[in-house]
Amino acid sequence: MSDAKPLPRPNAETKPYWDAASKGELLYRHCPACGHAQFPPRDICAACHRPGTEWGKASGRGTVHSFTVVHRAPSAVFKSETPYVIALIDCAEGFRIMTNLRGEGVAAKAGVGRGVRIVFEATHDPAIKLPQAVLEE
Amino acid sequence: MTFTRKAIISGVAETAIGELPGSTCLGLHAEAAAAALADAGLGYGDIDGVLCAYSFVAPYPMLSSVFCEHVGIRPAVTFAIQVGGASAATMIMQAAALVEAGYCRHVLCVTGDNRVSGLSRDGAVAALAAFGHPEFEQPYGISIPAAYALVARRYMHETGATLEHLAAIAVEHRRHAARHPKAQMRKPITLDEVMASRVIASPLRLFDCCLISDGGAAVIVSAAETAADLRKPGIRLLGAGQGHTHEHLVAAPSLTDFGCKQAAARAFSQAGLKPTDVDVAEIYDSFTITLLVELESIGFFAKGEAGPAAASGALGLGGSLPCNTHGGLLSFGHSGAAGGMFHAVEAVRQLRGEAEARQVAGAEIAFVHGDGGILSAHCSLVMGRG
Repeated sequence: MSDAKPLPRPNAETKPYWDAASKGELLYRHCPACGHAQFPPRDICAACHRPGTEWGKASGRGTVHSFTVVHRAPSAVFKSETPYVIALIDCAEGFRIMTNLRGEGVAAKAGVGRGVRIVFEATHDPAIKLPQAVLEE
Repeated sequence: MTFTRKAIISGVAETAIGELPGSTCLGLHAEAAAAALADAGLGYGDIDGVLCAYSFVAPYPMLSSVFCEHVGIRPAVTFAIQVGGASAATMIMQAAALVEAGYCRHVLCVTGDNRVSGLSRDGAVAALAAFGHPEFEQPYGISIPAAYALVARRYMHETGATLEHLAAIAVEHRRHAARHPKAQMRKPITLDEVMASRVIASPLRLFDCCLISDGGAAVIVSAAETAADLRKPGIRLLGAGQGHTHEHLVAAPSLTDFGCKQAAARAFSQAGLKPTDVDVAEIYDSFTITLLVELESIGFFAKGEAGPAAASGALGLGGSLPCNTHGGLLSFGHSGAAGGMFHAVEAVRQLRGEAEARQVAGAEIAFVHGDGGILSAHCSLVMGRG
């Protein structure tokens, strides 16, 4: 089993998202026809089913929709990080992403509805940065 | 539109459940199939349809063909179905459709996996993390318990459900399992023990999570017109329905409203029945929160009321809705797609009056529900006696 964390392997539809993340920008797809904002990024609109959703740049602001403090990791590589926090973040633009919540003592401070901002975390692959969330003070 | 269903359940069986050294995926399938055939009074030659699900230990791309090859049968129809924990109920729904459309007379629905002996508990947890999105969930260390924990946190936030409510569900399941000779975990547990068990992914603790087991189970669905050839009276499939909203949690439209609502509504509508008509329920319980959400979404309890009901004993053998009388995934066992099949097997036993110490007196209508993914794919069945 690999010692490295599983990293995304971008495909044609998701590569711009990861390219932008590596430069510190959070992108999402929105539909010019119906206005739906969606995640994960893909061309077809999951609300009106038209092709041709477009990239938008997100503000990086959001709120915690839910969170969990993980004590039992799914694999050895995550075991060394326990306890760690996984959250679903409702982004201001109307789409939802999953991140870890980062920051000192965040497991005790996290709460549903808390404001967050997205930061970008280096990985063992220089081409990939992971969007993560930190609590707003 | 009412639709008179013409499919009956003619045979059910499960293998031993637990840690079974020396067991194999195909061996568990074969053992469950043979036992279900014996239960039905049928032979391999009578089976003209075979439905399988999937295995993590032996991930064949064509499991149903492999199974037929393994036991040496050449059915008229066979294919595999993959909707996670909804697979078993979906297989039964599909088998009934094959029988009613005239393609088959006897369809074997067979499941099994040796997740403990074949993968180890760590291996099974790691393999299950593959349900997470490879790009947008797995890099964050998601696991199945963590995903359900995210549902639990939000659900508790919105409905007022408490840790004590979840714990009461775990305690009741263990009480049920103690009455089933094959259950993997039969030692009673207390509310305090559940509350004090170690946190897996907050708010879920060890006893909020299902077991990991080796085991297999099979159900045979037959045409009603074959009743005279069968060893036991058939159990009628009165209604079946599905509901689907997402696969990955990050794309779920809601963390409190899931496809179980539509699945159950469709199944009840087809049966011409409602939740209050149900005598015994066998509902997917991968986690305590899974059952809580499903009980409320399906309409057995109003939102916010399933927890207090569980705490007051409503899900027990003498309660208003005896639920998971075999002990469920939480205490009977969970071996992949067979986990959901155990619920169906138990429902049939209850309706036949074969449930011994855990029999719900006079049970005539049973409800079975499976959920796959993170409350993603749902299938409900309504079964009736005679």
